[in-house]
Amino acid sequence: MAELLQFVFSGLTVGAIYALVALGFTLIYKASDIINFAQGEFVMLGGMTTVFVAHAGVPLPLAALLAIIATTAIGLGLHRFAIEPARGATSVALIMITIGASIFLRGTAQIVFDRRFHSLPPLLGADPIQFGGAALLPQSLVVLATATVIVVVLWLFIERTILGKAVIATAANRLAARLVGVDTRRIVALSFAVSAAIGAIAGVLITPITLTSYDAGTLLALKGFAAAMLGGIGSAPGAVVGGLLIGMFEALAAGYLSSNYKDAVAFLIILVVLVAIPQGLFGRAKIERV
Amino acid sequence: MRALRTFTVAAAVGLLALVGAAHQASAQIKIGSVLSVTGPASFLGDPEKRTLEIYVDEINAKGGVNGQKLQLVVYDDGGNADNARTFATRLVEEDKIVAMVGGSTTGSTMAMIPVFEDAKIPFISLAGAIQIIQPVRPWVFKTPHTDRMACEKIFADLKARKLTTIGLISGTDAFGKSMRDQCVAVAGNAGITIAIEESYGPRDSDMTPQLTNIRNKAGVLAVVNAGFGQGPAIVTRNYRQLGITLPLYQSHGVASKQFVELAGPAAEGVRLPAAALLVADKLPDNDPQKPVVSNYSRTYQQKTGQAVSTFGGHAYDGLMILVEAMQRAKSADTAKVRDEIERTKGYVGTGGIVNMSPTDHMGLDLSAFQMLEIKGGDWTLIPGGS
Repeated sequence: MAELLQFVFSGLTVGAIYALVALGFTLIYKASDIINFAQGEFVMLGGMTTVFVAHAGVPLPLAALLAIIATTAIGLGLHRFAIEPARGATSVALIMITIGASIFLRGTAQIVFDRRFHSLPPLLGADPIQFGGAALLPQSLVVLATATVIVVVLWLFIERTILGKAVIATAANRLAARLVGVDTRRIVALSFAVSAAIGAIAGVLITPITLTSYDAGTLLALKGFAAAMLGGIGSAPGAVVGGLLIGMFEALAAGYLSSNYKDAVAFLIILVVLVAIPQGLFGRAKIERV
Repeated sequence: MRALRTFTVAAAVGLLALVGAAHQASAQIKIGSVLSVTGPASFLGDPEKRTLEIYVDEINAKGGVNGQKLQLVVYDDGGNADNARTFATRLVEEDKIVAMVGGSTTGSTMAMIPVFEDAKIPFISLAGAIQIIQPVRPWVFKTPHTDRMACEKIFADLKARKLTTIGLISGTDAFGKSMRDQCVAVAGNAGITIAIEESYGPRDSDMTPQLTNIRNKAGVLAVVNAGFGQGPAIVTRNYRQLGITLPLYQSHGVASKQFVELAGPAAEGVRLPAAALLVADKLPDNDPQKPVVSNYSRTYQQKTGQAVSTFGGHAYDGLMILVEAMQRAKSADTAKVRDEIERTKGYVGTGGIVNMSPTDHMGLDLSAFQMLEIKGGDWTLIPGGS
């Protein structure tokens, strides 16, 4: 029993990380139909910038704040200098641009920072919480709580503010949105800024668990993307549920089946789910109105 | 302004050409190297290149080898074995080198072996795998210790502590896989039983399920982690998180201060094999390697401002073994140099004491590794562990 509980705790830890990364995909997708493959690099930049700014003598909370601001600025820059100039292009072309941006950011980080692994101290101490013979790090709960808060804030923003409605309008029909006075360019820019900030927050909070390095973003983005797809891309609660499910699959597969095949098991389940429900668990199926 | 700039550029180009020509004229012995200076294996190639450049300059400043200056030709394969082979061919056909020190990874080394075997040029590899020198090829040598030796070193220590039933957890990256295979292969002979085996992906962020399974396996007395990068740091943290009290062994792959920093207090009591170079300041004064490793780490740190790594040390050993062989051969004739490299005896290097023979083209034994324990955030040498 303690064994199962430990596997569940592990799934929770890993799942919370995937969920937080997956959340970054939702807003950009909502506003512009783009899947931003540089999202993992935002996560990396959040963690790495905090490490290096803190190393320069800045207190940790301030360093984290600076890292989030810097990453948000980079998100805006990505939109201004890479996405915006190509605004007439198809979604696929724009997605390719984000892949290019991710390679560029990774390469730059390798030069600006270094090629080593780094860690950050956890927020609530490193002593595990013992429960029923299993151990859980407090940091995992912090990550999970933050993911929940972000979901609520995003929901309030989208549903309860004019700006949020403008995001939905931009996503639904850009021309119509412009006709009713929505500055769609700024809305898309805003979505990049917020997604970058979410990525950076994720980076700061998960680095104490996962450690970070200049190339940490690639795999995180892959798992985060899988989580977002499973939950239904564009849905914030879906991203969290998707992340937790994948984390859980992986942990249980590693514990009960074989650690060699845990990734395969997780992705197999995702495939099955997506074949059965192509729009994901919480996603709305695209309806073409005529 | 523009005219001035053009002039500066022209002058600079002219100067460079002059320096190049002067270099060309005095250079007599051409040594080639193909290293992974950039790309995923740059942590190997970068210190190797810097080391070769520092010491070739130093040797030349002292008058060269047999009165002739060395000229080093380095190409960067970017971690790609195909590129390595192309550059190897260029070194042989265009640069007409007399010897080769290089090959950062096992992949590029294996790709280059046929080129140098065909051209009959001595090739000292800086890569880890045992396949490079087993079976023995006439023209191929290597300086780094192998995974197999790391396993044997760990197993010898386990045997001495009577911890003969172990759990093995390894990364699924190239390093982890290769070391896992070697450990499994030598476990029987070393009298070690591997009761349970687990693995993790190189980027995994939580290994508690695997470690829970190891903890629950009856009879396991110690745990060995074959891995590289951040995985072992997370394994070590999870290990303490789960409150496992069995002795934990890490591999030489994480023998760096970085591992101690990343794993933090969880690293207390972890044992691992490491090359003497990493613990230069901890070695007793009567250790034969002490002067070599202290000198090398001081020089490297002074010239590059970076912390010393074993990889640069492998390049140092490769170059010095070659230079000493040339001095003994009193020529740079490829066949004579090859014979002398094979006759290397008692060379004290950063990687250990090298005694080559026609059947052993590496020449290291288990004394090349020190057994370390992490105490108070620092290394301590285990007496009798060397």
